[in-house]
Amino acid sequence: MTQPRGSEALRLHRQLTAIWGTGPGLARLAAVNHSVIGKRFMATAAIFFAIGGLLGMLIRTQLASSQSPFMEEGVYAQVFTMHGTIMMFLFAIPMLEGLAIYLLPKLLGARDLAFPRLTAYGYWCYLFGGTIIIAALALGVAPDSGWFMYTPLSSRVFSPGINADVWLLGITFVEISALSAAIEILVSILKLRAPGMSLDRMPIFAWYMLVTAGMMLVGFPPLILGSILLELERAFDLPFFDPARGGDPLLWQHLFWLFGHPEVYIIFLPAAGAISTFLPVFAGRPLAGYQAVVVALIAMGFLSLGLWVHHMYLVGIPHLALSFFSAASALVAIPTAVQIFAWFATLSHGRPRFSLPMLYFFGFLFIFVIGGLTGVMVAMVPFDIQAHDSHFVVAHLHYVLVGGFVFPILGAAYYWVPHITGRMAVNHLAKPAFWMIFVGFNVTFFIMHLTGLRGMPRRAHLYPAEPGLEIFNFVSSVGSFIMAIGFGLVLLDFALHFRFGQAFRRNPWRAQTLEWAMPTPPPAYAFASLPHVEARADTLRPDDVGAELAAGRGYLGFVREGRMETLAVEAIGGGVEQVVELPRPSYLPLITALGTGVFFLAMLFKVYWIASIAPLLIVALFLRWTVGRGRQGDTGPEPIGRGISVPSHFESRNAPSIWATLFALIANATLVASLAFGGLFLWISAPGWPPPDMPRPDLVSSLAVLAVLAIGGVAALGGVSAGAAGRTAPLALTAAMHAASAGFFAWSAVSIADPTAHAAAATVFVALCYAALHAMIGFVFACYGLWRVSAGWVSPARLLDLRIGLLVHLYAFAAGVITLSFWWLLAELGAPGGEA
Amino acid sequence: MFPAVLLVAPVLLAGCAGDASALDPAGPGARAIARLWWVMFFAAIVLFALVMGLFALVMLKPSVGARLPAGRWILWGGLVMPAPVLMALLLVSLVQGEHLLAREGEGDPLRVEAHARQWQWEFHYVGAEGGPVTVGVLHMPVDRPVDIVTVSADVIHSLWVPALGGKIDAVPGHRNHVRLVADRTGTFGGLCAEYCGTGHTTMRFEVKVHEAGAFLDLLERDFAE
Ligand code: HEM
Ligand SMILES: [Cu+2]
Ligand SMILES: [Cu+2]
Repeated sequence: MTQPRGSEALRLHRQLTAIWGTGPGLARLAAVNHSVIGKRFMATAAIFFAIGGLLGMLIRTQLASSQSPFMEEGVYAQVFTMHGTIMMFLFAIPMLEGLAIYLLPKLLGARDLAFPRLTAYGYWCYLFGGTIIIAALALGVAPDSGWFMYTPLSSRVFSPGINADVWLLGITFVEISALSAAIEILVSILKLRAPGMSLDRMPIFAWYMLVTAGMMLVGFPPLILGSILLELERAFDLPFFDPARGGDPLLWQHLFWLFGHPEVYIIFLPAAGAISTFLPVFAGRPLAGYQAVVVALIAMGFLSLGLWVHHMYLVGIPHLALSFFSAASALVAIPTAVQIFAWFATLSHGRPRFSLPMLYFFGFLFIFVIGGLTGVMVAMVPFDIQAHDSHFVVAHLHYVLVGGFVFPILGAAYYWVPHITGRMAVNHLAKPAFWMIFVGFNVTFFIMHLTGLRGMPRRAHLYPAEPGLEIFNFVSSVGSFIMAIGFGLVLLDFALHFRFGQAFRRNPWRAQTLEWAMPTPPPAYAFASLPHVEARADTLRPDDVGAELAAGRGYLGFVREGRMETLAVEAIGGGVEQVVELPRPSYLPLITALGTGVFFLAMLFKVYWIASIAPLLIVALFLRWTVGRGRQGDTGPEPIGRGISVPSHFESRNAPSIWATLFALIANATLVASLAFGGLFLWISAPGWPPPDMPRPDLVSSLAVLAVLAIGGVAALGGVSAGAAGRTAPLALTAAMHAASAGFFAWSAVSIADPTAHAAAATVFVALCYAALHAMIGFVFACYGLWRVSAGWVSPARLLDLRIGLLVHLYAFAAGVITLSFWWLLAELGAPGGEA
Repeated sequence: MFPAVLLVAPVLLAGCAGDASALDPAGPGARAIARLWWVMFFAAIVLFALVMGLFALVMLKPSVGARLPAGRWILWGGLVMPAPVLMALLLVSLVQGEHLLAREGEGDPLRVEAHARQWQWEFHYVGAEGGPVTVGVLHMPVDRPVDIVTVSADVIHSLWVPALGGKIDAVPGHRNHVRLVADRTGTFGGLCAEYCGTGHTTMRFEVKVHEAGAFLDLLERDFAE
């Protein structure tokens, strides 16, 4: 422990710990602190990795010989589906979220993330959703249609059991944590930085996470929409994917891969970000080509959203259209190469030293480069004709995922675990463990390229007893056992580290980033006072800075009225802007997640009356979160030390929650956009269009509801300043218009004669429900605004509640307009003769 | 690692024979893809060796690399090296793809409808007298293109004949097309590549390639029965 001696520092430490710390015993369930939640995410993900790895070993055991009676086909299907699902959704994504949650505030010079309770809520959703999925595995009713759940195999006809529902509902439950983490990370990076840290001074890891979180924000909604539609088809027979009734199985593939491709970059980028953070430390100089890397990242983010069709070369899309996606897929190699050569440049311009993290960097480079090269190969349409759905692809994806994620994350673990424990590793086992994993991995997976080209399809539990195939598969299985022992040794190594590691004073790697400018293990409040950053944040001197900050000589080096305070800055320039008061530890995230779980379980077990009241419970719980948040009087600018005063976030026009609302609405808009895409896609691609009997909107009521939406929008715009003056009439009018709009859309939805008759009717039905739901949400926000105004939480200075409400109102009214237009469009297209 | 790869290559070659191997082609399409693969394979070895060699250089002798400014490293390694390779590769595979994925019906093909269902393949010889059907075996003439249209009665399947270089999904509600050409007679393995339920593993079929005359006899005599 690196406690500064000064009694002033000690006193500050005690005061801050008293208000930031997580309580003992059961109070741990109320934890909202980013260090605590980040560690929980990573530990839970590690456990899921072990379960997924075990399943991988079962697969390899089955495939060790050609006609193995070890598993029968139904069990094998559950095993490979769960292996893929666990690795992607319950290991990789949560692991990177945990890493980001743990590190970001510390790298950015903040005391916590912007929405600590949301972080905790996300964690519980992840844990409960993951538990449901694992429970299904234990009970033998796990999903079994492959990790991408293609319909119609996953539809009710061909998967009548609960298995597919477990996937759809469990994964959607888990995705709540991905979306909340995305919003949390975006806002925290953009707002909660140390004063002076402009965007171009951010530590590079923050750039990686900014791009990653942006991709998550728009990547997950298509999957969530797809899961909702498929669950609606399974539960209520709405035929989105049924070609006999105007649906199309290919719609699922588009929605899935719209998510699925960005997903692999979402997994890779944070791992690369970890490398870009620790590699310069071992090169003894800051990262070279910082700007080029940032540009490359952004390019990757955009490109990755346009590649999804390369998973669908063989579904019957014309070759010229495929060529476009093929070219885009090949081009991602360029930003990837830019990063690799930025690392080489860094090393060659520094004085590189070998260390465990660098050993893992070597492992990463070796494996990931091979994965990248085979990636370019399968991006070529002619070659993919042969490789697609064979073990070549299994090999490729493991080279990319294990090389691009597992190896860097292990390197990062060796680099940052000392930060978590305050001890340096013992490391007797680390090197043999690395070599076993490395050799075992290559033996296991390199051969699969060949078995794939020799005609071995993926997801087959038996194969022809040819000597060639049999020997190759056996060697591959032997390799996997070597690799598994390696992973076991790593586990043991970390256990020894926790037990016998040597305490160090500070900054053991001689790093130049802020996370080392604090005692280790880190105190709950992270920084006793916040730094002013005047240089790129990977060129600092943590030892000096740390001592200064611990002595309280930075910003906020004091405790004010027992509040948990940190600073927010202008998003781009980094000038200090506001004091953010964070919420206390609370059981509400846990309780709300339990309430959310009730909804998902009720859906899973088809107890629909519970499922329909559970949302009310969840809304009530979320409203409970707001009680006591805010101020009932204006405080004006508050001193933050160093002679500066800034307003509290309750009085700021740029509070983090405004940004969060904006991002949440962007994610939401992506969801509707996917729905609209789905409707138009069906019209173009699905058989059975135009539908024989299209529900048509009625002109008079459409015009009437347009007027309602317009009045509502105007009222909402006037509601903020009126509310500031204590007048509630415009807000009340807003609420009334929401109610009218909700009534119209709900009534339109139920008056569709038979939404199960055709996908067109089903799509319109879902769009109408969406608009009705958002009108109801708008109504709740309007009522909430009315209450806040009348209870004195709002003043001309304190407009946060109303301004968040305004965004939601405008979105809901716009959603109404869009839904209505979408309905008209689909009805016109769907009219006989409206065929392309 | 370079010698290791050289050691592996013969093993790769040795393992290529077999009746369902993409590396043992029996038709022009599969042969073109196999050629593309070998070109990419050796190019990949060179690029891989280059990257790993540079890594060894910067770790062991950073002073050599330090003579090149950082910006140059990134420009040359990140852009100048990969861009032309990728462009050339894209061009080649665009041309090859246009060739392989020939339009349905070009050049007097034999027409076959492949009906996939859990878990078997049924081949309908379109236009032939009596509308013959074979289950689990696809008969085709040598040196004449065969246009296969895949349809599915239940879930998604995928028809794959590695030795002839063809694969295409059978998607319910859609009719997809693939062209197979064999330039030698024999029996080749075919299988379902897309996971389609518990019988997926066993959803295999055989492709029997006959001399043109023998094939016609077959159509007329044996199938007519
Ligand atoms: C312990 C190490 C691992 C082993 C031995 C292993 C083995 C395998 C094998 C043999 C398959 C092919 C199954 C089949 O098609 O019949 C497979 C599929 C897969 N693996 Fe792994 N794997 C390992 C680690 C990972 C990791 C770390 C990830 C991701 C981060 C991953 C993701 C996947 C995915 C997405 C699939 C596809 C599943 C599907 O087809 O539905 N694996 N794995
Ligand atoms: Cu992809
Ligand atoms: Cu199949």
